[in-house]
Formats: sequence, C-alpha cells, structure tokens
Amino acid sequence: MNDSTQYALEERVAEEQRHHGTAPFFYVWGTLLVLTAVEVYLGYQNMEPKKMLTILMGLSIIKAALIIAYFMHMKFEVSAMKWLTMCSLVFCLCMMVVFFPDAFRLLKLGVSSR
Amino acid sequence: MSDVAVQHGIPNVYEPSLFGTYSKKIGMWLFLLSDSLTFGALLYAYSYGRISTPNWPTPFHSESIMNATIMTAFLLTSSLTMVLAVNAAANGKTKALRGWLLATMICGLGFIILHGREWSNLIAEGLTLPVFPPVPGHEASAEFANVSKTVPQFPATFFGLTGMHMLHVTIGVIYLGIVALRKMFIPILLALWVAGYALIPSYSPFHYGIHVLLVSALVCGIILWLRPKVYDAADIEVAGLYWHFVDLVWMFIFPLVYLMSTKIV
Repeated sequence: MNDSTQYALEERVAEEQRHHGTAPFFYVWGTLLVLTAVEVYLGYQNMEPKKMLTILMGLSIIKAALIIAYFMHMKFEVSAMKWLTMCSLVFCLCMMVVFFPDAFRLLKLGVSSR
Repeated sequence: MSDVAVQHGIPNVYEPSLFGTYSKKIGMWLFLLSDSLTFGALLYAYSYGRISTPNWPTPFHSESIMNATIMTAFLLTSSLTMVLAVNAAANGKTKALRGWLLATMICGLGFIILHGREWSNLIAEGLTLPVFPPVPGHEASAEFANVSKTVPQFPATFFGLTGMHMLHVTIGVIYLGIVALRKMFIPILLALWVAGYALIPSYSPFHYGIHVLLVSALVCGIILWLRPKVYDAADIEVAGLYWHFVDLVWMFIFPLVYLMSTKIV
C-alpha cells in the first residue's frame, strides 16, 4: 500500500471515531471499577482456592474483553481482524496449558513413606 | 486477476487492506499479540510455581491489597483518559488531546510510584531476591525471611512478573510523553533520570532501574532526530493501543498474584 492509501485508511478510521460518543467509555470504566471491587471483596472471602481462582479468572476475562472491545476499538474492526488476532492469541495461550500437568506431578514426587 | 492488480498513483484507487485499517495499527497489534505471549509465559510460570509448591505463601496484608487496588484504579482511569485523548485527536482538538495525554501520564506515574513503594516495603521486610542488596537499618520480618528461603519461587516469579509489567508502564509513560510533547520531553526525561539517580538510595533496585530513563532518552532522541514529525490521530490511536494493553495485562496480574495470595487474618 502506498502513502495515499495509508492516509485514506487513517482518515476513514478517524472519521469512524468522530461518530463514537464518549458515553460508552464512561460506562465501561464504571463497570471495570465495579468488577474490580467485586474481585477485592472475593479476595477476603475464605473460599476454596480452585473456586476462587475460577471466579477471579472469569471476571478478569470479562474485564479484558471490555478493554479490548471498547478501549482498543476491536468491536469496530472488520471481522477478519477480530477473528484472526483473537483466535490466534487464545490458541497460543491455550497451548501453554500443556505444562500444568507437570506441575501437579511435582506435588506427588518425594520420598515414599514405605 | 484484474481485481487484485493495483495501479498505484491513481487518486482514490487503492489496494484493499485485509484488516481494513492502516499498517501502523496492524503493526502495533502484531507486537501486542507477541507481547501477550511474553506475559502469558510469565503468568503461567507463576501459576506453575504456585501449583507445584504446597506451602505457597500468602504475604499480602490488607495494606498491600489496598495499595494494589488503588494502583488498579489508577490504570483503569488512565485507560479512560487515553480513550478520551484518542477521541480528541480524531476530532482535531489539540489542546484537549494534550491535556488527556498528560492526565494519562499522571495516572501511569501514580501507578509506578505506588508500585515502587510496594516493592520497597516488601524488600525492607525481607521478601527479596539474592540480587537485591540488603536494606540497612531494617530487620527482616521472620515471615518474609522464611518465604525467601523456603519458597524462592515466590519472590522470583513475583518480582519477575510485576517488574516486567512496571517496565512496560514506564515505557508507556515515556511513549505518551514523546507523543504529547515531542522534543520537549527529552530534557524532562534526563532531569528525572538525574534526580532519580541522586535521590534514590543505592541499596534500592530502582537506583539502577532509573537508567531506563537514560536509555529511553537516547532512543527517543535518535528516533525524533531521524524522523521528526507532528503526531497525528493515527499515531495517538496506536499509542493508545499500547497503553490499553498494559492495563489489560494488570487485570490478570492483580487477581492472580495479589488477591489469590491475600493474608486473611
């Protein structure tokens, strides 16, 4: 793509942003603060770690989705951008889970009592 | 094939972009995706250590949690001011743009200061790494000294993960400073470096960490010398993407590292 193409694309993106009101950003910010307060409250509940981790990570994923969608404007991007970037990221992060069974295995290592 | 052949130079005729946006933005997204994997690896390493260590410590008292909550609020507010800066840039409001960018930097700076204070308190109490010099005049608490000896994975992963994030926030503040003030920000950076090096005591890891500012001043100076320009709305949006990413990563660090290790009395 040449420079004039770049300028045309930049101008189109800026034009789209001119039409976005700022109110949704304040709602998202408020929601993120409320979710953070919920997380802190949960941090002080004497909950089973696995249950607490599940809830906290669930809330974190919701917060991350709000940030990506609204603050990073992913909601307003074309489908190819949304799917290709997000699917590749989630796939790569899920691949790292392969190490966790080894962490559980370590817990069972040690000197046998027999 | 005629539909994909492009004749450059003809007004209003251009090759369609697969992602429907400009190259700078795609480049930043690709960088952020790769950086997500860096943080992903660090978060997985922390979780791995936690799962495989039966006596994982829970050292964060209510004061630490309160501090980290305020830090989170700072970052979330900085994301709001950043998005308002992007909006102001798109609408050509130069004065508002600069104001929102400076507000974002102030929130980022608040985060760094609180995080630095948190680190300094933990190190003074004995939760430290072997590379950090001992703090003179401070007796390590038995609780933290034991943690550093019996579960070295905790300080290693904690300082590694949060240090990497703090570095990203610092680079983000510098990035926004350059976008907002351009050449004028270089002397500010150098003044902060000199003041930081002189005022931060030599036993603090930040005494050496402050050199990031010197390196940044040199790199930014070279960039501005090679490519002097007035930053437009697209540049502000790309800078905003980086800033929101830093905020996004903290949304996982805060619950995983702090809230899951809360000391409930």
